[in-house]
Amino acid sequence: MTHWIDIAALTDIPKLGSRVVKTQSFDIALFRTASDQVFALRDECPHRRGPLSQGIVHDTTVTCPLHNWKIDLSSGQAKAPDVGCAPSYPVKVENGRVLLSLQEMAQAA
Amino acid sequence: MSKEKLVLIGNGMAGVRTLEELIKLAPESYQISVFGAEPHPNYNRIMLSPVLAGEKGLSDIILNDHAWYAEQGIELISGDAVVRIDRVRRRVIATSGREQAYDRLLIATGARPLIIPLPGHELPGVIGFRDIADVEYMLQAAKQGGKAVVIGGGLLGLEAANGLLKKGMAVTVLHLMDRLMERQLDRAAAGLLQASLEQRGLAFLLQAQTAEILGDDRVRAVRLADGRRLEADLVVMAVGIRPNIELAQDAGIYCERGIRVSDTLQTFDPRIYAVGECVQHRGTCYGLVAPLFEQAKVAANHLAHLGIARYEGSATSTRLKVSGIELFSAGEFNEGEGDETLLLQDPAAGVYKKLVLRDNRIKGALLYGDTLDGSWYFSLLREGADVSDLRKTLLFGQHNLGDAGHGDAGANVMSLPDSAEICGCNGVCKGDIVKAITSKGLFTLAEVQAHTKASSSCGSCTGLVEAILSSLVGEGYSVKPSQKPLCACTDYSHDDLIKGIQQHQLKDMAAVRQFFEWKTPDGCASCRPALNYYLLARWPGDYRDDAQSRFINERAHGNIQKDGTYSVVPRMFGGLCTPAELRAIADVCDTYQVPEMKVTGGQRIDLFGIKKEDLPAIWADLSRAGMVSGHAYGKALRTCKTCAGKTWCRFGTQDSTGLGVKLEQLTWGSWMPHKFKLAVSGCPRNCAEATIKDFGVVCVESGYELHIGGNGGIKVRVTDLLCKVETEEQVLEYCAAFTQKYREEARYLERTAPWVERVGLQYIKDALFDPAQRQALAERFRYAQQFAQIDPWKERAEGAQAHEFNKIALPARDAGLGIR
Repeated sequence: MTHWIDIAALTDIPKLGSRVVKTQSFDIALFRTASDQVFALRDECPHRRGPLSQGIVHDTTVTCPLHNWKIDLSSGQAKAPDVGCAPSYPVKVENGRVLLSLQEMAQAA
Repeated sequence: MSKEKLVLIGNGMAGVRTLEELIKLAPESYQISVFGAEPHPNYNRIMLSPVLAGEKGLSDIILNDHAWYAEQGIELISGDAVVRIDRVRRRVIATSGREQAYDRLLIATGARPLIIPLPGHELPGVIGFRDIADVEYMLQAAKQGGKAVVIGGGLLGLEAANGLLKKGMAVTVLHLMDRLMERQLDRAAAGLLQASLEQRGLAFLLQAQTAEILGDDRVRAVRLADGRRLEADLVVMAVGIRPNIELAQDAGIYCERGIRVSDTLQTFDPRIYAVGECVQHRGTCYGLVAPLFEQAKVAANHLAHLGIARYEGSATSTRLKVSGIELFSAGEFNEGEGDETLLLQDPAAGVYKKLVLRDNRIKGALLYGDTLDGSWYFSLLREGADVSDLRKTLLFGQHNLGDAGHGDAGANVMSLPDSAEICGCNGVCKGDIVKAITSKGLFTLAEVQAHTKASSSCGSCTGLVEAILSSLVGEGYSVKPSQKPLCACTDYSHDDLIKGIQQHQLKDMAAVRQFFEWKTPDGCASCRPALNYYLLARWPGDYRDDAQSRFINERAHGNIQKDGTYSVVPRMFGGLCTPAELRAIADVCDTYQVPEMKVTGGQRIDLFGIKKEDLPAIWADLSRAGMVSGHAYGKALRTCKTCAGKTWCRFGTQDSTGLGVKLEQLTWGSWMPHKFKLAVSGCPRNCAEATIKDFGVVCVESGYELHIGGNGGIKVRVTDLLCKVETEEQVLEYCAAFTQKYREEARYLERTAPWVERVGLQYIKDALFDPAQRQALAERFRYAQQFAQIDPWKERAEGAQAHEFNKIALPARDAGLGIR
């Protein structure tokens, strides 16, 4: 069963922005889109470990602040022609609260 | 609802490019069928010359294979030509009898080689140079060796002749005119070209009129009007092309030389579009690839029901695709009345360059032997840029404007080995770029950037990448720079948006995106920062800055470094610093264990390696010591560099340090299209390096020399002298006015140096020397500064945007999770 952790209020994350969740060994970036979808990715670009949380969010994509790789928020996959994947985590919004699981999602093929 | 039916007649470059653009815009809107007379999938016709010359194989020039059509759900009917268009029943009928209904029809039937109806022109062994079948025929014929005659000394004829020569035939080129490529070359360049081709073994007969082609079962010889007779086993006619309009004409669509189309690429039957070489637009038929691609874009935009694009004709340029011969021409280079000609001739080096100017704008360019700067001249030509200030060095090329060592030192990029590094930022070699372009069929700079990363960081290699592109694919990548869309989210250019925001009083980003029909819901990482800036610059009192549309440096008010830490640079007005400020900086470094302190090139102190969450506390400490943000991270006013000035210096003529402080106090905090630097030197020894700054002041005994448009960046550029003034007040007013002009009119990410070159020094002088305009500009700048001169560090130290700097911790009971 998924273990959900109550992390924050949806409004704690700026629209088209992000917040960083600190775990003991790495950071997770929470992204909020214009339509209030929320996604969670390991805060590391598959390219050179740039902090994705610091990138510009547009639609369901974030552009890495270091070298402009574009990462799909729902899968963590880099957009073609780049190749690579940031691990993604289950996240949901209930009653205005953001719930996160630290169970890494299976990577899409 | 069933989809509309779109039928394309002609499986060539223009038609399929239109489909590609259409699929990008509206992937689901049509059920598409394509009729192609040739049995091949879509291929790159402009690469036929290298195939004939044996430098490439047929498979290298396929643009879209059968799998592509299948993936896009496009029905490809190849080897079956359309023979009739029934406009009443809206159907096309093919040779096989097959019928296909359409809601919209796209005609892209191209052109065919002009075959002069000489006696004997129908003999076997006489052909044009147009498609794969022609190339295969020529390759087959060349296997027997023997003699070939090419009729036509234009671009195509010479490429055919070169290919046949390389395949082992003895080739003679007949040309009606007294020089080769008379539409692209002047007499001198044509002479150089001819000599060089003769050296390779081609023979030429100029002013040679062919009277008859002789032979029995196949061609044997060619007879000229003056009676001379040339043996020939193969005759290639390359005297021009004729638009294929018969199908359209038979269907009653209005044609002249080509199918007449409007600026939306519609024929006189609005359901029927036409693009490519079969088209006549504003009286012109094009036979080069760049215009076809521009037409394709516009036609696709209309087919996708967007209806916002217009085609207004193209300027074209030509490169000869004969390897080892460098030849580039664009525009009108045969000078007329009132034109000026700049000429460089170096017979020993085999270099000839000619530029024709009218009203200080490039009208035509002709380069032989060294074509590296072709794309630069071409972009100046298309932009109509004022080149009066470049005249002295214009002929020596872009690299001669001054260069910090990144640019190519004049050697032709195509002569570099594959291992030569082109993009220093991303480590991309020439071979990588060439391979990507040829194997993936890339045509645009953006495509090369996406696939290779070359030219996607600092941009200093963009000219080289463009040179590689244009030598491989012709001019397919060139859209007039001022019409280049800002990014993939829109069809509108920077200039359109700057104007539109003002004219239509668009005051927030949503309004801009709605007015200009953005294709994406909230833009992207390229357009959002640009729009945010344009709105801020135009409506300083009304627009609210959008943090989420700023690059992280500006959002976090520090420079992000490669490991994700930040650097902090406090402002030191005019380079001055007090012991108390120095102590405060030192204390901050101790308290937060800053790993490295460094004096920057702009006379300030940079603190490196700071964790983002520590930033607000550091700023609070620096704020208490009276220091504000140095904006060392922003597209903004950076520093004002100064020298010692007359207070201390034996040579100083004015209080340059004091003036530097005043200038920085005037301008700090203002956002700009790009970074912006000031300097004041106390005497012409110029210790503050004021002549490579965006706005520089050189103090002299009698006053102040004002300089603009300098830059010590990728391409070093020395300033232009704007004027001389007598008082500090005048310096401040000119500085405010110049800054505001730049802020209002330059494109986002365009520094003052390229901006000044683009619009021309005279244009800026005209605005600034008019007292009313100058005062109005300065006034608008001061107004904007009311809102800009708020220290972002202090705000954040007091808690603004706190979410940006605070990480969320896991609840205590879950804190152990995520360890691995």
